[in-house]
Amino acid sequence: MIKFLTQFGRYFLLLKKVFSKPEKPYVYYKQTMHELVFLGLNSVGIITVISFFMGAVITLQTAYNTENPIYPTYLIGLGCRDSILLEFSSTITALILAGKVGSNIASELGTMRVTEQIDALETMGVNSASYLILPKIIATLLFNPILTLISISVGIFGGWIAGTSAGVITSEDFVYGIQYAFIPYYVTYAIIKTLVFAFVITSVSAFEGYFVEGGSLEVGQASTRAVVYSSVIILLLNVILTQLLLS
Amino acid sequence: MIRVIDLDKSFNNQLVLSNISVSFEPGKTNLIIGRSGSGKTVLLKSIVGLHEIDRGEIWYDDIHFNKLDFEAKKEIRKEIGMLFQGSALFDSLTVEQNVKFPLDMFTDKNEEEKTDRVNFCLKRVNIINANKLLPSELSGGMKKRVAIARAISLNPKYLFCDEPNSGLDPITAILIDELIKELTEEYSMTTIVNTHDMNSVMKIGEKIIFLSDGVKCWEGSNKEILYSDCTILNDFVFANALAKQLKSSLK
Repeated sequence: MIKFLTQFGRYFLLLKKVFSKPEKPYVYYKQTMHELVFLGLNSVGIITVISFFMGAVITLQTAYNTENPIYPTYLIGLGCRDSILLEFSSTITALILAGKVGSNIASELGTMRVTEQIDALETMGVNSASYLILPKIIATLLFNPILTLISISVGIFGGWIAGTSAGVITSEDFVYGIQYAFIPYYVTYAIIKTLVFAFVITSVSAFEGYFVEGGSLEVGQASTRAVVYSSVIILLLNVILTQLLLS
Repeated sequence: MIRVIDLDKSFNNQLVLSNISVSFEPGKTNLIIGRSGSGKTVLLKSIVGLHEIDRGEIWYDDIHFNKLDFEAKKEIRKEIGMLFQGSALFDSLTVEQNVKFPLDMFTDKNEEEKTDRVNFCLKRVNIINANKLLPSELSGGMKKRVAIARAISLNPKYLFCDEPNSGLDPITAILIDELIKELTEEYSMTTIVNTHDMNSVMKIGEKIIFLSDGVKCWEGSNKEILYSDCTILNDFVFANALAKQLKSSLK
């Protein structure tokens, strides 16, 4: 328990250091642009592929579970839309990014720590926590909502392709289903969750990487911890946010 | 001048530096020598403020460094150049960007002035036509020289080198030693070098302190080190066969 509280305290002290005044805003701006490409743009591919197949599977599973003629077929489109909008595009995308981006951040910072690159920054008088972590947080907060919107669009598109190709739903029914009883707030809800998850992924992973002690073995362990802790916190916050935002 | 007074440092209740008092003079190459694990790197990192010390004082000229807060320490740190054991070049930046980094962070120079300064520093350490290379494309000696170029880019008053020769062949090691000595004299810097390389000790050691198990055991120059009565120091200095032969010939 004491260890947990100590770590918790260190995490918030790190955040305090991260959100202190930048030395040279222009350098931070350049760094943020770099991270937008590295952490954001480079994730578009994997998110697109996964979202497409996610949408396809959701549609096919919904179709096979609603074969009863009582249910109108447009419900397949509606089910696909709501599943993707409410849960999959924000939470599953966040879990995937926790694996991809989280391990990347932890191993990058961990390697910088064990090769004394962070010490070099500190010796120069640079606030290393702010210089290394703040641009990553800003970049993910800016870009992850875009990734979620891409995921929603591609997921629904994947559902339409799979549903019509497999012959479980007509194109007209699917389009009617995804428009039926649409609640725009669901998009806001997905974006809010994405922002919270983006902050968790970046800050928890950065925390794990920044305080690595040892060598390559410890960097690997920190990378694993970053993914596990981020994922668990995302799932926990998912429950809390759902209760807060949808009740 | 840098002065260290009664410095203690421990990790997990284990004392690694005990009651260290020493002064390092400007324009001289000051060496900290000792076996691996004797506390050399901890002392160096304590002096630059990377480790919080348990007790004692660190003075940069007339400024009590370890009493300053992070923001105030920054002003001193801008006058510090440091060469780390593994060079600590930023992996994702090219040679040019590495050397330019302190200029980007702490000066208001325009791009042309910064590029001129980078080229000057790289030329000074004999790195030519490597501006666009990444650290992973450099040899060990080149990495050290680029790290020195980065360390001197802001014209520092204090230069710290943590085992600058580790992992280098003897010829390259001598070149790095000579470069450090030349730069120290050229810019009248207070230079502190950690080493356990006796070639460096004999070549550039104008002032030497010897650490053993976290305690300062001896202080003197490279001229005095061969004639010391300190047994632990003699065991260290004359550890290899060649040195033993030299000692017997001295007798």
